[in-house]
Amino acid sequence: MTKTEMIKVDKLSKSFGQLQVLKDCSLTVRQGEVVVICGPSGSGKSTFVKCINGIEEFQDGQVTIDGVSLGFRGREAAKMRARIGMVFQHFELYPHLTVLENICLAPIHVLKRTRDEAEARARKLLNRVGLADKESVYPAQLSGGQQQRIAIVRALAMDPVAMLFDEPTSALDPEMIGEVLAVMLELAREGMTMIVVTHEMGFAKAAADRMVFMDKGSIIEIGETKRFFEAPNSERARLFLSRILAH
Amino acid sequence: MNYSWNWAVLVQDPYVQWLVWGTEMTMAISIAALIIALVIGTAIGVLHSSDDRIVRSVMGAYISVFRNVPLLLQMFLWFFVVPEILPGGAGRWLKRDLPYPEIVTSIIALGLFTSSRIAVQISAGIDAVPRGQRMAARASGLSMLQVYRLVLLPQAVRIIVPPLTSEILTIFKNSSIALTIGVYELTAQTQQIQSMTYQGFEAFTAATVIYVTIALLVTLLMRGVERWTALPGTVSGGVSVQF
Repeated sequence: MTKTEMIKVDKLSKSFGQLQVLKDCSLTVRQGEVVVICGPSGSGKSTFVKCINGIEEFQDGQVTIDGVSLGFRGREAAKMRARIGMVFQHFELYPHLTVLENICLAPIHVLKRTRDEAEARARKLLNRVGLADKESVYPAQLSGGQQQRIAIVRALAMDPVAMLFDEPTSALDPEMIGEVLAVMLELAREGMTMIVVTHEMGFAKAAADRMVFMDKGSIIEIGETKRFFEAPNSERARLFLSRILAH
Repeated sequence: MNYSWNWAVLVQDPYVQWLVWGTEMTMAISIAALIIALVIGTAIGVLHSSDDRIVRSVMGAYISVFRNVPLLLQMFLWFFVVPEILPGGAGRWLKRDLPYPEIVTSIIALGLFTSSRIAVQISAGIDAVPRGQRMAARASGLSMLQVYRLVLLPQAVRIIVPPLTSEILTIFKNSSIALTIGVYELTAQTQQIQSMTYQGFEAFTAATVIYVTIALLVTLLMRGVERWTALPGTVSGGVSVQF
């Protein structure tokens, strides 16, 4: 394995009882690479991303992050998870904590940073996403777009080696999608390793190095972004793209 | 009705003293039992929300036993039966050396009975927190214990403040059952005043007023707790959501 492989997923399979939701999915993401996963709903994209940091368990296959194999339970697994940032469709900010407390919770309790250190870092990041004035409000007092930007900051505060985004703009009102994508685009430009599940094909074209197309629990196609949009290999990807790009 | 009213008994010596002692005892056993119930109930409730099927069913069994057997019967079991069936030394210690056996027993019986009911509420509260919260907390690298302590329980407790209030009210009322194993709490003292003075109406009126006063104070206190823990921007805090 070369140094530049940040995330390596090898033949990952998962089923809920009889229903197999992921079949032999393999994907390698290099350091600094941005990979966008697309596909029809129910194709297993979200589940796949959640398996990568082990918050969904899988039955078969292996996930390696920065050269270390991922387990599910115990301190080691938690330590691994702490190294990957995750952003969810529904933000999942903690409603009982202020913005600053949300961001500092894991750095203080997982990374054992002092409160001062954690808060200084949090303020710096908040400044970057233009929400420095919101540090002492509660999530319910913010718009969806602001909440999602805070959620991104919360993940970044852990200094992750890679970031996973699970449909980060799907729950947002249209006028708020832009502000979240802008933050993600900036992250991508700075060289963050990212795996993004999204239907935002504009973002994919602008930021993704490679595209992954999934359908019915399998990875159908992995290709360079430009080539994927111009001439997808598989018929299913072509059909999907024609539907999603039509409007 | 030929009843000669005499409200003066309530302020006469020693009856006024008995009422005070009764009130103190009622408060003491209720609060002690409440502490036991909150600690054990929270632990059982948390474990009952776990993904492990075996842990879940063991906690379910605990809840079933303590919730479904009448409190009066549980008092009797702890007081009369448990000391007999415990092996040698332990049983003898309970019967002979345990200080204030009726008080200690009533606190334990009331505490464990109530713990099963609080466990159900805690568990339901945790289930009411969106699944994604647990996921986000785990994804950030928090340990399972931290996930519960820092993320799930603070939200669950806010959700269950109203039912928890009625549980605390109930524990004060249920404490009267301790009189059946010889604890001189408020109801027992009232009964004693009645049998000494034949002024039952006055005595029980006094007890009623005292129980209602305790209930009102608890309600007031819990409203304060609710207001204090309410989150800005949420409906329960009385503040409308602003976007």
